[in-house]
Amino acid sequence: MELTNENVLGKLIAQFGEENIVDAYNPDGIMTFTTNRENIIALIQYLYDDKDLQVQFLTTMAGIHFPDHKGREMCMMYQLHSLRHNFRLRIKVFVPAEDPVLPTLTNIYATANWMEREAYDFYGFIFTGHPNLIRILNIEEMEYHPMLKQYPLEDQTREDKIDTYFGR
Amino acid sequence: MATDNKTADTDQLQEFRDNRDLKLQDKKNENLTTLNLGPTHPATHGIFQNILQMDGEVIMDAVPTIGYIHRAFEKIAERRPFYQITPLTDRMNYCSSPINNMGYHMTVEKLLGIEIPKRAQYIRVIMMELARISDHLICNSILGVDSGAFTGFLYVMQEREHIYDIYEEVCGARLTTNMGRIGGMERDLSPKALHLIGEFLKRFPKVWAEFEKMLTRNRIFIDRTVGVGAISAERALNYGFTGPNLRAAGVDYDVRVMNPYSSYEDFEFEIPVGEKGDTYDRFLVRNEEVWQSLKIIEQAYKNLPEGSYHADAPHYYLPPKQEVYTSMEALIYHFKIVMGEIDAPKGEVYHSVEGGNGELGFYLISDGGRTPYRLHFRRPCFIYYQAYTEMIKGGQLADAILTLSSLNVIAGELDA
Repeated sequence: MELTNENVLGKLIAQFGEENIVDAYNPDGIMTFTTNRENIIALIQYLYDDKDLQVQFLTTMAGIHFPDHKGREMCMMYQLHSLRHNFRLRIKVFVPAEDPVLPTLTNIYATANWMEREAYDFYGFIFTGHPNLIRILNIEEMEYHPMLKQYPLEDQTREDKIDTYFGR
Repeated sequence: MATDNKTADTDQLQEFRDNRDLKLQDKKNENLTTLNLGPTHPATHGIFQNILQMDGEVIMDAVPTIGYIHRAFEKIAERRPFYQITPLTDRMNYCSSPINNMGYHMTVEKLLGIEIPKRAQYIRVIMMELARISDHLICNSILGVDSGAFTGFLYVMQEREHIYDIYEEVCGARLTTNMGRIGGMERDLSPKALHLIGEFLKRFPKVWAEFEKMLTRNRIFIDRTVGVGAISAERALNYGFTGPNLRAAGVDYDVRVMNPYSSYEDFEFEIPVGEKGDTYDRFLVRNEEVWQSLKIIEQAYKNLPEGSYHADAPHYYLPPKQEVYTSMEALIYHFKIVMGEIDAPKGEVYHSVEGGNGELGFYLISDGGRTPYRLHFRRPCFIYYQAYTEMIKGGQLADAILTLSSLNVIAGELDA
């Protein structure tokens, strides 16, 4: 089977149902779709095990914060790569800000360990089942998750450095 | 600041914090010696700490701590116009900053849909391959230093100076280059730059052959590196290894070949692969990659196409300075670009290049504003350094140092 975005999407919808694979689009040649946290691990495990797909490489994970999307503020992006077929795909999971809990991926990919720690550190995602979910780049004592959009880059009340032009 | 939104401080968080403290207490073992390797140890070549549990000379466990030079690039990038982000990328893998710069430019060009002329693509290839040579050259010569051979390091370091002279001629800077612009290069290769590249191509093969001769069949070096810090292909893939470290384990994944960018499909070169994924294999793979990079530079240098060195994209590419003073449109574009008032289209792109250490990816979301909504860097060092604990367990302390230098962990890329 030749792997095209439509093929793979059809296969996944047949396996997981239309209600679990939604909002499929193709922004830059990489198929992107949204699923939910109940299905994400089973989905990635299926992609890993399937003989035709062999999506066995986790390229990256990135948290994204959309404060305006009520009820689905926090987004986790998983980007996977099938090195055998050179096929990439991107999976998004949206969770509410009050409950940013996702299952861990460390049982499938060892590399998810630090990626999830980074997502916890910067966005406050909590990964249930993660072996060592502590902050990774920021100091342990930090009380907030700095990549969330409500935190400005610099203290906006500073008066010694007024510069409205250069993006501050 | 901290009080207004503590979304993550739920009961679950508290629960897992308690669990973590319990786990840390479990780790204390009376018979083991705790040894702090780093954060500022000369042998680690960068700032990272490893708390080792030692049984005599043997490492039983290691707890890596990173983040000592974290500079919040992803956060800063959300507040900067697109062209001001390039200098941030320099400071990730500072041993091969042109690759980072070009990778970022190509990501933004993909978002904007700009087509780059062949000449600019070839110039980029030359600069990226020079950067790869300087990156591998440092890694391999430092590996020599850590195993006790200082000579090779000083010898090839002179060649790195010559590469930096070329950078200086092309972009004016040596280490943090900020080379190229969104839409091409900032200027054409000058006759002097072409001359320097030609000289480098003539001189460097002799130097590198001599360096290889000194270490590749050196008995002491082989004894120190063969079988040290080995990782299987399967584990390496599971840990997300890319670049020379993955290829040393026997997987021929190279972004330049699998997803060619910037005209890499025009050049003939081979992907060297290792077998066992140990320190010696990593050394050999990097050595061979330097030869392949030289081959690419030679081809690009010989076949450098005529034409413009930048795309015709006046909205995003700075106009020539003399036109700014004489033409109204150029002045307007200049002002808008410098002030960061140019809006990018909405979109979402991922672009990756083969960096010095592996797949360097940029995941960019634009909401149509003057800055990225989200820019995520896939830093190869960050991803493969987590395997370090597994690789050094059961080995000796001196081997751990060699493993670290052969992985080529760059603190700037690790922490971003």
